[in-house]
Amino acid sequence: MNRWLQAGAASALALVGTALAAEAEGGEATGGLPQLDTTTWASQVFWLLIFFILLYLLMSRVFLPRLGGIIEQRRQRIADDFDKAAEFKRQAEEAEAAYKQALSDARARASRIAQETRDQIDEEIRKMQAETDAKLEAEITAAEARIADTSAKAAEAVREAAKETTRAVVMALIDETPSDDAVDAAIAAAQGGAQ
Amino acid sequence: MGMTDQVLPALLKPMAADPMEQFEIVEIFPLSFNDGVSLAFTNSSLFMMFIVLSALLFFTLATQRLQLIPTGIQSMGEVAYEFIAKMVHDTMGEEGRQFFPFVFTLFTFVFLANFLGLLPTIPGAPHAIHSFTVTSHIIVTFTLAILSVGLVVGYGVLKHGVGFLKLFAPSGVPLWLLPLITPIEIVSFLSRPVSLAVRLFANMLAGHVVLKVFAGFVGTLLTAGGVLSVLSIVPMLGIVGVFLLEFLVAFLQAFVFAILTCIYLQDALHPSH
Repeated sequence: MNRWLQAGAASALALVGTALAAEAEGGEATGGLPQLDTTTWASQVFWLLIFFILLYLLMSRVFLPRLGGIIEQRRQRIADDFDKAAEFKRQAEEAEAAYKQALSDARARASRIAQETRDQIDEEIRKMQAETDAKLEAEITAAEARIADTSAKAAEAVREAAKETTRAVVMALIDETPSDDAVDAAIAAAQGGAQ
Repeated sequence: MGMTDQVLPALLKPMAADPMEQFEIVEIFPLSFNDGVSLAFTNSSLFMMFIVLSALLFFTLATQRLQLIPTGIQSMGEVAYEFIAKMVHDTMGEEGRQFFPFVFTLFTFVFLANFLGLLPTIPGAPHAIHSFTVTSHIIVTFTLAILSVGLVVGYGVLKHGVGFLKLFAPSGVPLWLLPLITPIEIVSFLSRPVSLAVRLFANMLAGHVVLKVFAGFVGTLLTAGGVLSVLSIVPMLGIVGVFLLEFLVAFLQAFVFAILTCIYLQDALHPSH
């Protein structure tokens, strides 16, 4: 960049030369615009170059790097903050996803546990019912057997009593003890007739 | 009325003179080499020094305690930086970065020159420290324009060599048109420093002459007495209006000078536009 400035300065110095030449001709402006008084041109160009270059050096070496530095630093900082914010957002989204996952897992487990419990209870009820049914069945069967036994015994007792009665009646009527076979046959016949 | 008659002329006398008086160059201390041309330190040099000093003051204050969250003056400095940086970037892109300090210096110098010239003269001050606008002299604006155009030519030739001459033969122009286009391009190129210089110089000259002429009217009317003294309010309001306009012009001309320099430098970067 400095090379370019030098190039510019060289051109301007050439201008000083022109001004000098103009003055050398003795062009003394009188009365007119002060701007056209060529005797002042060389001094103006000379001091302009000095102060312009001074200002250029101050700006390019000192102030512009400082201002540019802080602006760049701020841009960097803002970019970093944006990155950080994006990172935080990503983390928050991850946490939210994890939370949702955990929630749906818990829900699934709860419903599975509920289902299992329900199944288990149903199973137990079924088992208890089956056991009760079996027990009742057994008791009914036993009771029926007892009833059958009792009624058989009762029938036997009745038959015995009938035999005794028959024997006693026969004794009383014909004073003869009938044989057991005869009694049985008679009773069977009576039973058959009764039926 | 009697007292104003005595006081006012005395007050107005050093100022209400010739409207061209404000452009006069006054020697402060002489300087010349081998009794040759005078390179004297003048009021113009003094105001150039004020330009550098006020820039130094402003940017020192703006950058002495740099903070991420800028203070008032720091953010003013940053606004100036980013304003020119954006201008350079918009016209020249990333390559323009190397010219940024030059354009910034040019803008700062022209703006402060225009602006310091608007400061009122302290009544009764010696002529050498009368308010003076550096950029109201054609030789100053022409030198600045030559710096700009000299940079364009210097950079263009060093970077592109003979290729820089493509500037005068724009691409896409039919061959048979070139004999017509090329002289036009050459004339347009040569008129650049002249137009840069004359635009700035004429704006500054005209604005200050108008201000001075209006101020002369105020003085004349006030000392005339009677109804005319009351009428002096009219040119007075005129001065206020023109003065506000001159603030705008001071900024605008610095801006125009800087952006035209950017556009010309763009030609140095890419001659075959």
